[in-house]
Amino acid sequence: MTDALTTNGAPKTMRDRLRLWWRAEPAHPMKRAQFNAPLAPWLFVLPQIAVVVVFFYWPAIQAVTSSFYIEDPFGFGATFVGLENYKTALDSTQYASTAAFTAFFCVVVTTLALGFGLLLAVKADKVIRGAHSYKTLLIAVYAIAPPVAGLIGMMFFDMHIGPFTEIAAWFGYELKVGVNYWDTVVALVTIAVWKQIPYNFIFFLSGMQSIPASVREAALIDARSGWRRFCDVTLPLLAPTAFFLLIINITYTMFDTFPIIDVIVKDKPANNPMTLVYKVYLDGFKGNDIGGSSAQSVILMIVVAVLTVVQFRFLERRVHYG
Amino acid sequence: MAHITLKDVSKTYSGSAHSAVSGVDIAIQDGEFIVLVGPSGCGKSTLLRMVAGLEAISGGQVHIGDRLVNDLDPAERDIAMVFQNYALYPHMTVRDNMAYGLKNRGASRQELAQRVQEAATLLELGPYLDRKPRALSGGQRQRVAMGRAIVRQPAAFLFDEPLSNLDAKLRVTMRMEIRKLQKRLGTTALYVTHDQLEAMTLADRLVVLNGGQIEQIGAPLEVYRTPASTFVASFIGAPAMSLLDAHVESGRLVLAGHQVARVHAGDGPLTLGLRAEDLRIAPQGLPMDVEFIEELGAQRVVYGLVDGQRLAVVETGAKSISQRVHIAIDPQRLHLFDTVSGRRRDIVVEQQIPSHAHL
Repeated sequence: MTDALTTNGAPKTMRDRLRLWWRAEPAHPMKRAQFNAPLAPWLFVLPQIAVVVVFFYWPAIQAVTSSFYIEDPFGFGATFVGLENYKTALDSTQYASTAAFTAFFCVVVTTLALGFGLLLAVKADKVIRGAHSYKTLLIAVYAIAPPVAGLIGMMFFDMHIGPFTEIAAWFGYELKVGVNYWDTVVALVTIAVWKQIPYNFIFFLSGMQSIPASVREAALIDARSGWRRFCDVTLPLLAPTAFFLLIINITYTMFDTFPIIDVIVKDKPANNPMTLVYKVYLDGFKGNDIGGSSAQSVILMIVVAVLTVVQFRFLERRVHYG
Repeated sequence: MAHITLKDVSKTYSGSAHSAVSGVDIAIQDGEFIVLVGPSGCGKSTLLRMVAGLEAISGGQVHIGDRLVNDLDPAERDIAMVFQNYALYPHMTVRDNMAYGLKNRGASRQELAQRVQEAATLLELGPYLDRKPRALSGGQRQRVAMGRAIVRQPAAFLFDEPLSNLDAKLRVTMRMEIRKLQKRLGTTALYVTHDQLEAMTLADRLVVLNGGQIEQIGAPLEVYRTPASTFVASFIGAPAMSLLDAHVESGRLVLAGHQVARVHAGDGPLTLGLRAEDLRIAPQGLPMDVEFIEELGAQRVVYGLVDGQRLAVVETGAKSISQRVHIAIDPQRLHLFDTVSGRRRDIVVEQQIPSHAHL
């Protein structure tokens, strides 16, 4: 069983693990189980398959098919239009600007959420007394559901009662979230980052704590500067965690920020920033353009797939798995 | 290269009433190989880590060379440490692992390459320089850890049980290599181990620790031949020295009703220490009931009971041994300790008398 993809029977990298999975070989030879009845394994995975089919494959196929049709707004029929919906979406300047904002939003939220998560983890790792209460306080935010986070955030940024609005007013700036485009961006980014920091914090902290104490001590003897030690030893050993979090954070900003955007942007009059996912929802359910919104969601699916492949191909090579 | 001086060094952890290390004084000469030995929890690692700067010093002073290092960072103390689990940087190649400490001290690229090459040659690591630690065996990793220490050319090497993770055979080989390397480089070394054999074979001088305090400092043979306390006596040497309750009765040392020797001491109880190799099975002498025998090949260790007290005797013969044997004791090779304090008592043992003489 030991081949180029494995060392001592264990897969070398995430990519090799995926390849083994693709070749339908067990990731670890010790984990191979034997069944006598050929149907038994299928029976065991049936519930999982059913869930995936009903909630993922079926809607996905629906989306792909309806993206080739223009549907009557009242549901009386559909006309096959080929790639017309895709053309419309890609040609639209509104779509382009939403895509640009989504990319921007992704980069900013991911960078900030990862940065703050790491910073807090590094600091919390050094705390000895009362460490438990600090960690609990930092992690607690994670228990808040995104729509609630959005609501709390909206209260903070509210034009009439929001404390952030008041703080901005002290500096002579009139914060108009939901009206002014960039004010809304600031609010969205702040809430999205705030919501994601605890998640990153937990993972970075456990990553830090899995670095052997003696390796840190060896670094302590080898390098005087704390910054050097952090860059040369801590950070590379956190790379697997960081890589995992990067993918999770990008997915989070692209999809899971939906409720936050909904709470902030919903029922607001102006031309507000939104992500591609929110636009899919808006066009499909508010605008009743099922075909167009389906086309957009298919494009989104392709973008995410490409992004994931690129991440695994180019970034994972630089990651060291201990 | 430097001498290391520990003056009244102590360590008390916050929230703990008693100290982990207290009143430790050691003067280590330049180039000397000092082994700190003792059972787990005796404070030997704590002491080493205080010298390294990985543990704060609660009291006393540590000098490396002429510098007081109490408040210096580990990186500023000019020491290199070899850890029990090697503590190599898993993401760096062997070359980078060895070069890292020196690189941070601003060595030129050329000097770096040269020193790494030298260390690699010395440790026969040449073919592995571009490998990552996980592609190496335990012994090779240990060598890399040694290399990392050597490359820096520090004032002192600190070893924290570096051989504990290796198998028995490799341990013996690496032990010799460490010793040879240290002699060749002439670098002062402080070595922590719980293995008394390792301690005996490596050390110029042993420091036996017990409960955070020094029991005895001395050359291995000196410690072996004149242990300062019952603790040292039972810790150094294998099989351990047998310690038996005896007493002095009007100038005679009596063990289990037998007169062992004539001594210059007042009446009262004493602890009698006997090394297994100083005893032999004889036609007459102290009667012993044999419990079990350990065959070691070149010799065997016979364990038995003398009046209910455990005694070990080394024997080289191949004859079968009966259930009850007689032991001859050389009165010149007795160790006498105070029963209460356990400290060695230098009592003059006068003359040889037949050990079978009954009272």
